[in-house]
Amino acid sequence: MELFKPDFGLIFWMFVAFAILFFVLWKWGWPAIMKGVEGRADLIDKGVEYAQNAKEQLDNARQQADSYIAEARKHQTEILREADRMKTQIIDEAREAAQQEARKVMEQAQLSIQQERKQAELQFRNEVSALAVDIATKVVRGEMADEKAQSRLVESLLDDMEKQN
Amino acid sequence: MKKLLAIILSFVFLLPAMPCMAAEAHGGEDAEEGKVDAKEIIFEHLGDRYGWEVPFCHGKSIPLPIIVWGHDGLHCFMSSDVEHGRTYVDGDATFKVAGADSEYKGKIVEIIDGKEYKPWDISITKNVLGLFIAVALVIWSILDVARWHKRNGYKAPRKFTGAVETLITFVYDGVIKPTLKDRAMKFAPYLLTVFFFILYMNLLGLIVVFPGGANLTGNIAVTLVLSVFTFLLTNVIGTKHYWKEILWPDVPLWLKFPIPIMPVIEIFGALTKPAALTVRLFANMLGGHMIILVLTLLIFIFAAMGPVVTGGMTVISVGFSVFMLLIDVLVSFIQAYVFTMLSTIFISFGQEQGHDEGAHGGGHHAKTADQHVAG
Repeated sequence: MELFKPDFGLIFWMFVAFAILFFVLWKWGWPAIMKGVEGRADLIDKGVEYAQNAKEQLDNARQQADSYIAEARKHQTEILREADRMKTQIIDEAREAAQQEARKVMEQAQLSIQQERKQAELQFRNEVSALAVDIATKVVRGEMADEKAQSRLVESLLDDMEKQN
Repeated sequence: MKKLLAIILSFVFLLPAMPCMAAEAHGGEDAEEGKVDAKEIIFEHLGDRYGWEVPFCHGKSIPLPIIVWGHDGLHCFMSSDVEHGRTYVDGDATFKVAGADSEYKGKIVEIIDGKEYKPWDISITKNVLGLFIAVALVIWSILDVARWHKRNGYKAPRKFTGAVETLITFVYDGVIKPTLKDRAMKFAPYLLTVFFFILYMNLLGLIVVFPGGANLTGNIAVTLVLSVFTFLLTNVIGTKHYWKEILWPDVPLWLKFPIPIMPVIEIFGALTKPAALTVRLFANMLGGHMIILVLTLLIFIFAAMGPVVTGGMTVISVGFSVFMLLIDVLVSFIQAYVFTMLSTIFISFGQEQGHDEGAHGGGHHAKTADQHVAG
């Protein structure tokens, strides 16, 4: 049977063709593909692991965030309370300081008013005395126009002196 | 749905007309006999030939180079020079394609003093060109995947590249790695090459017109060469333990010493493995092709029995042919897969390390273990 007799030419070319095919694929085909496929499988494995870790971390992070938020809220109320306290304190202090200042200013004002008044009084006295002396001089000059009156006065003055002594 | 029905019906009504035309077209050759020589046609289609027939132009063929080493050296000429029984004279040498009555029927022969001698013939025949086409296609599609991996890093390929890569990983992860374990990388290039080469040859064989149609894996020369490669890989790279199992197996001494019964059986076993590989693939693919050819030829055989019978037969034949072709697509894949799987298993026998190493060898191993217990 012709079909069961391998033909020499075909065997020869089959050897050649297969050798070429194998060489080309062995050199440029399979190593690159195997490396690529293995690399991709590793990458996918790593990706899955990474995703799992990430999910875990995300869950953790969420919990952590919640606790942080709660803590922050607590902190906030504390801070607010503190601020409130400080506010009243500051206002009190300020009020006190203002009062003190006002008092000081008042005292100073009183002091200066008194001084002014004293000075004014002094001046007034001086002026009054000067005025009085002036008036007295004028009166005395008018009254002492005649001799009698002058001697009467001297008399009375001497009397006064005598009484005093 | 209605449209589909219309198409099917039009085909069914058209079919009876076709064999008549075809029979008339074909009739030119066999007109003097008045009937179709089915055997002749089947073997013509299954076998090799010089030149590649052009579809729908019977008797015309694409010329292919003929390369022969005659009594006075190398001769190259085109197959069209020796078509239709013509002789070709090149210097002192005269060549022709041997006729049906010759012992070298269908092969190129050199005529010296009126006698036919068969020269060394390495012509690029239809099958050889088919091989080259298959090789080119395999190289193209595998390098396509390799190129993708080089260019796109770890992205997943799509479309054809993705399909080829899926096949690669299917064979590598499904067959090679589980069987050869840590040695998988060493033999994967050979086994994958074999798988794709056979798959492409099988599928090309199913295409009826030019780039396909060569019955490659249904040719014993092709499968023989592939099996020889597997045989060489099994035995040349075989471990010490493998050779010990063959030449000095663990059996009682009288089974191997004066008359080496077991070694002879083992050596015979080692030789039958490639033979089985050769014949399995060859017979399976040949059978598939033959069934389709026979089913198609039924139309022409029944053509003599009138239009009604022929019409009915046509519908049945075409239906069965399509069905068988679809099965053959599946078989093409399965046969490539099985050849690769068997090669992997045979190579893994050659890679056995020792008794403690475990389930490398499967049945083979179990057998030796039984003998050990019996001994």
